[in-house]
Amino acid sequence: MLDGKEGPARRWAMEHMIDVGRFFDAEDFVPVAQAHMMADTESLGESGVAFIEEFARLPKQDRQVRVPTITDPRGIDFDHYRTLKQTDAMAVLERRAIEAFEALGILMTDTCINYQTIMPPLKGEHLAYGDTGVVIYCNSVLGARSNFEGGPAALAAGLAGRVPRYGLHLDRHRRGTCRFNVNVQPRGLSDWGALGGIIGRLAGSYWAVPVIEGIDAPPGSDALKHMGAAMASFGSVPLFHIVGITPEAPDLAAVADPAMEQRTIGEQDLADFYGLYGGRGDKVDVVVFSAPQLSLVEMQQVADLLDGKRVHAKTALLVATSPQVAADAQRLGITKRIEASGALVLKGMCFYQSYAREIGEANGWKRLLTNSAKLVNIIGGYGYQPTLASMEDCVASAVAGEIV
Amino acid sequence: MADRSMRVLHCHPGIGEEVTGVALVTDDNFSARYDLDRIKGVFSRPQHKLAGERYVGKILVVNTAKGGVATAWMLREMAARGMAPKAILLNRANTILAQGAAFAGMALCDRFVDGDVTRLIATGDRVTVLPKQGRVDVQPP
Repeated sequence: MLDGKEGPARRWAMEHMIDVGRFFDAEDFVPVAQAHMMADTESLGESGVAFIEEFARLPKQDRQVRVPTITDPRGIDFDHYRTLKQTDAMAVLERRAIEAFEALGILMTDTCINYQTIMPPLKGEHLAYGDTGVVIYCNSVLGARSNFEGGPAALAAGLAGRVPRYGLHLDRHRRGTCRFNVNVQPRGLSDWGALGGIIGRLAGSYWAVPVIEGIDAPPGSDALKHMGAAMASFGSVPLFHIVGITPEAPDLAAVADPAMEQRTIGEQDLADFYGLYGGRGDKVDVVVFSAPQLSLVEMQQVADLLDGKRVHAKTALLVATSPQVAADAQRLGITKRIEASGALVLKGMCFYQSYAREIGEANGWKRLLTNSAKLVNIIGGYGYQPTLASMEDCVASAVAGEIV
Repeated sequence: MADRSMRVLHCHPGIGEEVTGVALVTDDNFSARYDLDRIKGVFSRPQHKLAGERYVGKILVVNTAKGGVATAWMLREMAARGMAPKAILLNRANTILAQGAAFAGMALCDRFVDGDVTRLIATGDRVTVLPKQGRVDVQPP
């Protein structure tokens, strides 16, 4: 591949991975079972799309990926982009990107919850996953092995079927480096996200591996989805262990030195975390359920909370899910129940990947309310004033038009 | 009086080619998605220690990376519009910043043997980054 005999795309892939592998002192490559690529057009821009289009013009044998390669959420839902006041130019760039990716044999799954909906990886399976929430969940909850692979690196892995062996592919980087005792039991998804955010901020490094004790029972996939996504967002952390719950941590000694110093996280830490964002009593412009996309169970919970209610005329309520869940939600009547309130269900996209700055300015959205700790961490840089609250309070606020 | 002589810092061999520019330094962390207005070329996140600062053409010196994978695409996109920093120096890079620098052809170095790079370099210093040699030359103004 490196000598170009298998085409310029695979040569680029190998050159890119060798550059990165050398930087991290990788000694060889490891085959991967799947790749998952973050590639929204806000991130790619014109130059990124043109880069992919060059590959798309190559002969089929030179351009197609060699392992199943799937995509992270997109920035556009073509059924609703004008409602969100996204532009036709954004939609055109999105269509060009999709056409190019499909020419490479990439499956446009458009989801950051592939571990709940597509093909959950197995313990010990080596992967090239993008989206930090996907990576931390699959490493921690499923015991798979992936570094954070940005879009170009995931594409390179898909084309070459391998990644440089460094970081989380190696046993020595999967041992715990910091230890937390949780003496408060999170009550809902926003609490789990807040807990992840607290631990992520304290860990604070890609090379940190938090070991967590004090979680009484397996909290469920959506809880760990929110906790992991927030931990990865606040701390760039790609792996955690929960003693007695996650697969690599049957006991403390399996993942850490039992003499390691322990930090306790309690009720006040959770309250302080929510307090960082404030906003109670403020008019709310947009309420967002997204980041990560909602599972079918979360969609049903939102529908249950909205039944018989009407979203305030000056507030938008957006619910983002995967195309796979959206199909089931449609079939089961969940989407109809949500949208009867005036809310909008968006499929295959995620709020912060959807030209958030531009749609905020176009719609006059400033105060944003969400139950996603990951989203409150990201969205401030896009000009929003974010507030974190439970799913129940988010719905109540959307109806009231102000943060309750 | 401050020492104005040139100093040589040593680090792990980095990514990209030799480049010289003026340093913009913070002990805060960095993500192109979380922290920047990439159209205006300034730090836009109000809580960031460089909020309001222009980063274009600078040698950006930060502690480490934040979450998110978008930076891997964004550095090249920013460079294509002439709105990127010249180089990024960190105490410790994550995989995304390394991949983004490799994709963009941007200089990036980390793992400085001399100590905390955010204290070894000051905003306004003239800095030459030599990634292949694992070396950074620092000339105070």
